[in-house]
Amino acid sequence: MELLNQIFIEPFQTMYALPDLLLQTLWEGFVAGTLYSLIALGFVLIFKASGVFNFAQGIMVVFAALVLVGVHALGVNAYLAVLITLGVMALLAMTVVRVVLKPLVNQPDIILFMATIGLTYILIAGGQLVFGGEPKAMITEELGLPTGSSDWEVGGGIVIFQHIDIAAAVIAVILIAGLAIFFNKTRVGRALRAVADDHQAALSVGISLEYIWMVVWFAAGVVALTAGIMWAAKSDVSFALQVVALKALPVLVLGGFTSIPGAIIGGLIIGLGEKVFELYWGSTILGGGTEAWFAFIIALLFLLYRPEGLFGEKLIERI
Amino acid sequence: MFYREAGQFKTTYEADSAKFPIFQDKVFIWLYLAIGFIAIPLFGSQFFLDAIMIPFLVLALAAVGLNILTGYTGQISLGTGAFMGVGAYACYKLTLAMPDVNIILLIVASGIFSALAGVFFGLPSLRIKGFYLVVTTLAAQFFLEWAFIRFPWLYNYNPSGAIEVPQREAFGVIVTGAAASSEARYLVVLSVVVIMTWFASNILSGRIGRSWMMIRDMDIAAELMGVRPLYAKLSAFAVSSFYCGVAGALMVFIWQGAAEVEIFDYNRSFQVLFMVILGGLGSLLGCFLGAAVIFIFPIVMHHALPPIWETLTPWTMNSSQADLVAAVIIGVMIVAFLILEPHGLARLWAIFKQKLRVWPFPY
Repeated sequence: MELLNQIFIEPFQTMYALPDLLLQTLWEGFVAGTLYSLIALGFVLIFKASGVFNFAQGIMVVFAALVLVGVHALGVNAYLAVLITLGVMALLAMTVVRVVLKPLVNQPDIILFMATIGLTYILIAGGQLVFGGEPKAMITEELGLPTGSSDWEVGGGIVIFQHIDIAAAVIAVILIAGLAIFFNKTRVGRALRAVADDHQAALSVGISLEYIWMVVWFAAGVVALTAGIMWAAKSDVSFALQVVALKALPVLVLGGFTSIPGAIIGGLIIGLGEKVFELYWGSTILGGGTEAWFAFIIALLFLLYRPEGLFGEKLIERI
Repeated sequence: MFYREAGQFKTTYEADSAKFPIFQDKVFIWLYLAIGFIAIPLFGSQFFLDAIMIPFLVLALAAVGLNILTGYTGQISLGTGAFMGVGAYACYKLTLAMPDVNIILLIVASGIFSALAGVFFGLPSLRIKGFYLVVTTLAAQFFLEWAFIRFPWLYNYNPSGAIEVPQREAFGVIVTGAAASSEARYLVVLSVVVIMTWFASNILSGRIGRSWMMIRDMDIAAELMGVRPLYAKLSAFAVSSFYCGVAGALMVFIWQGAAEVEIFDYNRSFQVLFMVILGGLGSLLGCFLGAAVIFIFPIVMHHALPPIWETLTPWTMNSSQADLVAAVIIGVMIVAFLILEPHGLARLWAIFKQKLRVWPFPY
């Protein structure tokens, strides 16, 4: 009885009594969700175009942020540092496609997946070797990002909005809109969608797979850099981020592996869900720390009932 | 090898389908076992036994477990660390409840608990495969890791949150706890690993093992030929987690002596997965080769690289940088092996043997 009360009644009473707490939690969940979405977006881009499940996307986020901070630490102007980082990501994309993906064409997907796990380790250890393992502060102010916060009074309490979070949400929206235009309106974007639809048909009308893959990996690199800047502005540039980045996997399951809107909505659901669950149910009944697994368990349940995700293409495949 | 099988004729089917059909192979296996059981404990230093041989054998056993699932059944898993943890915590609770029972028996029995956990988290594999399974096994990893911290009953309300291994005997010899000698612990690990590997090899060449491989190679065809995917997949999950659980119990009780939850985190899962990939998917020999490379190579680099680097170049290097270099090299090796030799070190060994067999002719 006590437990039922804790599950079904108390959380809602708390929500009603403290609307500011609820709003604050929802906002934090929304912000976390945007970042999960951005990381998941990188996965989806690569998966759609090449069928490669890029495990290294999470570490690419850290790597991009590290390069940016590292280059800036050499005394380079912040905006120039962003350009240089983009160059490094382009170089990484070219190397990965030429050295890893091209020799593995036609191998089973799982082999490619394991190759990206190997890549993850190279990037983690290589990044630590070059830039050092200690957390670094992001160059938020130098990049012209806002740092203050504003309050909003609701029902007797206040809700705090960090400006950087608002900026992150806005930039994420711009990025996604930009990607949508790129995919739908440009020549390269159309070629990308053709490759995503059918590799062989795309090859037969003269689209170079290698070039498209490089473009896609570079686009994923740009998304990774954006996610890295936003994330690191909230905390620090550190390798702990890669654990959080693993949460992009349940986001993908929820949204569908091939759907860009799915990645975004899945990210928001996971972000909101885990914060609300932790506050109202996890910390009271289960003793806290539920954020570590909430997303994965949701994905597990989802897989049992709707394996293709919310927006994914329904694969008719016997298992 | 430098010996040939010429002149050895088989007159029965049993002889033909024996594990080691060639006489010299049998001799070598007995020789290796003799070295393992007699020479190494007699002549190996304590450091060699404690820091190299025991961890190597424990991790090789975990790799055998994962290889059953990933290499033989084709279901990729990133939850190895958590399943090892289930075994370790189960063993701890068992030995506290029954202090007088032979600890080796309990270590093996604790595998049953992780087998149950494995079956539970393997259930989704009946509906999904590939990357989706990665997500569910990661769910197992993170959920179990959380559970190990959150339920103090599991570590007996120890304020530090760690398991401290009590002193236990087997056959009148102390094998766990601080008072146990390295030799005794080494022999326990070696016996368990040898017997369980022998078991695994028999399961794999039997009906169950062949049904796993059929599921891996083509699930629809396997189903048409009468393999029930439900039984095949779940039995693979059960056996694989059983092996991982025993490896986990050995890791805590014999190797580490005390354990916090961090030793079962997802890095452990990756470490074991790398052993399997590098050693060779679908090869028992590969598990041992992979474990040797992934575990021993970083230790060698840790001690040997900084002096070499400092004599060759004017820059200095500390041992943590050497670890990172080793990690980069392992990452490169993983990618390189996947591209050049997807069947891993075990396949390289087979090629080498074949080359020696026909030497000096190319074929």
